[in-house]
Amino acid sequence: MNRPIRVLVAKPGLDGHNRGALIIAQALRDEGMEVIYTGLRQSPAQIVATAIQEDVDVIGLSCLSGAHNELFPEVTRLLKEEGAEDIIVIGGGVIPEEDIPFLKQHGIREVFTSGTTTKETAEFITQAVMEREAQS
Amino acid sequence: MADQTFEELYREWEEKTRQLLEKYPERKEQFSTLSGINVDRLYTRFSDVTEYMEKLGLPGEYPYTRGVRPTMYRSRLWTMRQYAGFGSAEETNKRFRYLLEQGQTGLSVAFDLPTQIGYDSDDPMAAGEVGKVGVAIDSLEDMERLLEGIPLDKVSTSMTINAPASILLAMYIAVGEKQGVPAEKLTGTIQNDILKEYIARGTYIFPPKPSMRLITDIFAYCAKNVPRWNTISISGYHIREAGSTAVQEVAFTLADGIAYVEAAIEAGLDVDSFAPRLSFFFNAHNHFLEEVAKFRAARRLWAKIMKERFKAKDPRSLQLRFHTQTGGSTLTAQQPDNNIVRVTLQALAAVLGGTQSLHTNARDEALALPTEESARIALRTQQIIAYESGVADFVDPLGGSYAIEALTDAVEEEAWKYIQTIDDLGGAVAAVEQGYMQEEIQAAAYKTQQAIESGEQIVVGVNRFRIENEEQPTLHRVDPALGKQQIERLQALRSRRNGEQVAERLAALKRAAEGKDNLMPYILDAVRSYATVGEICNALRDVFGEYQPQ
Repeated sequence: MNRPIRVLVAKPGLDGHNRGALIIAQALRDEGMEVIYTGLRQSPAQIVATAIQEDVDVIGLSCLSGAHNELFPEVTRLLKEEGAEDIIVIGGGVIPEEDIPFLKQHGIREVFTSGTTTKETAEFITQAVMEREAQS
Repeated sequence: MADQTFEELYREWEEKTRQLLEKYPERKEQFSTLSGINVDRLYTRFSDVTEYMEKLGLPGEYPYTRGVRPTMYRSRLWTMRQYAGFGSAEETNKRFRYLLEQGQTGLSVAFDLPTQIGYDSDDPMAAGEVGKVGVAIDSLEDMERLLEGIPLDKVSTSMTINAPASILLAMYIAVGEKQGVPAEKLTGTIQNDILKEYIARGTYIFPPKPSMRLITDIFAYCAKNVPRWNTISISGYHIREAGSTAVQEVAFTLADGIAYVEAAIEAGLDVDSFAPRLSFFFNAHNHFLEEVAKFRAARRLWAKIMKERFKAKDPRSLQLRFHTQTGGSTLTAQQPDNNIVRVTLQALAAVLGGTQSLHTNARDEALALPTEESARIALRTQQIIAYESGVADFVDPLGGSYAIEALTDAVEEEAWKYIQTIDDLGGAVAAVEQGYMQEEIQAAAYKTQQAIESGEQIVVGVNRFRIENEEQPTLHRVDPALGKQQIERLQALRSRRNGEQVAERLAALKRAAEGKDNLMPYILDAVRSYATVGEICNALRDVFGEYQPQ
């Protein structure tokens, strides 16, 4: 790929904790990616529409309110409905370990919880986008 | 030695130490607090009596550096007030009763996000969020269930509610009426601090101007009708959680406080009619000494601002009374039992800093809402500090410590610089609209993250002293069926209540919102007719519009 990776950092639902989302956005920019941040209170439909419009490679969902099991799978469902399931979806926030298999089953590629470094996240994104490009 | 001055002795000591350092260097070239204040090798200077009275004063006296009461916890311990709420009103009521049985002395209600942002549980915007981070309250009916069996004339209640604060306060007043407790006997606090919602917490609804009016309406209404109620809790807590330094926490909180006082004076209120009921809410983080200093600096700075800038005369207007919560963002998901120790240190800092009430976080809060067992350990932590450590028998025991006094001066000085910058930007409301505080916090948060990732700042169990394959603790889970039950209950209420009366009262509220009347009586009327939080907020949205962040 000869253009920078484009990432949409999104806050689904009503959660107002945006420290993590803002840090990730800044860190990914420092890694040379193009990052769009949605701001707070985005519905899954709004997130999917923005992702398609902005032609992003990756959506990073951040949720600390406990609504991840409802909101994250809705994003991947809508992406499929729009034929945009090639967009890689990852998530982060306060997410209990036991919920991660459920989220992965629903198309969330990886879940980054408290204590993850921004480097790890950036490396995962780069790797996942490279793999996708190799397949297409 | 007797003919040497202290200065000379000190210089000799410095020289000897310098030689020693060549062999045994210090752990770092330079030490600094989390706010970036330099930490000197030694603090030794004494202040003279004039300086003492100016900077510290005696406890209970201006500038209140040493505390707002002359005897502090020797008379009455701080209020142990654990923030709790999840799921339905009944479930939360059970947790409240449990906490009271366990020796908690005040209630603190956590509302779910739809309630905080003024959406009913069946609003599409509420999907997935009902009952998650707090209790779902749609109408007075839920509030009655939430407070059932809790005597409102005996227990004080703090409610973390901001944009719809008037509505929840009205519901509390209405439940009091039903219990036969008149409004003038009710005690408690509403957070009601919208500026920090724009800055850091995110549960805003309306634009700044009408939001400030709602707040000053509450000040005026309570001064007459609910005189023992703390009408606002001006909060640095969330500013700190968003990543600010201790200095920024003090500065931005007091700058917000200044904006509220100015708005109320502009609305025609006399400063001493409302200022005694202003209260504050701070965070307690890990940097123990800087935190103790922070509380003392905040008290001194606020007293000066109220006296010098606003010419307040009532001593109670000058006293910064505050609630403290230990720092949620300092808790780690890794080795969560270590959090008990962090919370202990933070709680101790709050107590040594002279807090009026305290919430101690539970060990599992980096993972989920606390289990009953974790919530109990958190409360026990306060009880051990209160009853076993002996610190509550002393008034400002760290006062006079060279390091604490130097840090108190430094925090005050640095915070004052920020406040002056915000003054120059046109005050806190203008600064928020320009994104000034938000950007400062973001820069500090990013710096902290980088320091943790580089290993410069150590977080035990996260970037040092890790263990592999940790066992996952049992977590509290909110029943996913709850959202549906809450919606059914809400819809049943809607068909049962007098719809015509609700519509009339909402229309009256809208007309009042378009004019200049105090909105509290209209909101109280709407609440009494079982109008919902969503309906009342929508009526106000129609008139006020919604806040659009930059």
